[in-house]
Amino acid sequence: MDTVTSSGKAKVTLPTDTQILITREFDAPKHLVYRACTEPELIKRWWAGLRGVVTSVEADIRVGGRWRYVMKANDGSEVAFHGTYREIEPNERVVSTELYEFPGAAEDDATLNTMTLVETDGRTTLTTLVDCPTKQTRDAIIDSGMEGGMQEAFDKLEEVARSLR
Amino acid sequence: MARAATTVDAFNAVAEPRRRQILDALAGGERPVNDLVERLGLTQPQVSKHLRVLREVGLVQVRDEGRQRIYRVNGERLKPIHDWVKGYEQTWQERFERLDVVLEDLKKEEGDGHRDE
Repeated sequence: MDTVTSSGKAKVTLPTDTQILITREFDAPKHLVYRACTEPELIKRWWAGLRGVVTSVEADIRVGGRWRYVMKANDGSEVAFHGTYREIEPNERVVSTELYEFPGAAEDDATLNTMTLVETDGRTTLTTLVDCPTKQTRDAIIDSGMEGGMQEAFDKLEEVARSLR
Repeated sequence: MARAATTVDAFNAVAEPRRRQILDALAGGERPVNDLVERLGLTQPQVSKHLRVLREVGLVQVRDEGRQRIYRVNGERLKPIHDWVKGYEQTWQERFERLDVVLEDLKKEEGDGHRDE
């Protein structure tokens, strides 16, 4: 794997009871960050993080267009998310809904995500504001990150693997 | 996730925006109640009520100084909340680290003439 230049730190805050704000700086101009967030072949390469592999990406990037990502998690289970694009300003801003396809999920459970890209000196700050329909939804989303311990284990493993090269 | 009553659960205690404002105000250092009343623009009984909830879940501690009651944040009790968000943050951190790799490739693809070392 390539070595990666100075990456930022993802920052998550909870501005209100029903919101999540995710911020991260990238060492790349915003049109490239936009491509990586909207082109299926590129989304596939990063969206699963270390949790699995992305097996399918549809992204009909136009207002009213639908998106759907499917991931096969490391434990073999499949998880899928889908939504609709509400607003699109190429290289600047994408507003879309997002729904985790758990059994019994209703469209009302969808969050409204606003992704904004701001470029300064060739670096881009990506901000995603997740607006949840209820505090319960917001809390459930944060709870989904509770496997943090496991993820840290993967990180460690990667460190070890790197040190062996 | 089921949460316990306000009075025993730090998560619920900070769900109330005014109580978060109090914690923010105390983040800079300990303050007497009057000072909080002024800063928040609430009545003394309202502030006292919020402080009582925060005290009951251990998020703030109080000491008496003469006739004044001085409050301060108890950082240790905020840690579970911090940890809760951290797990989710970690998920994004990992995603974005892979996105960094994708962006490096895109920069290389694009950068034929003007490659920076």
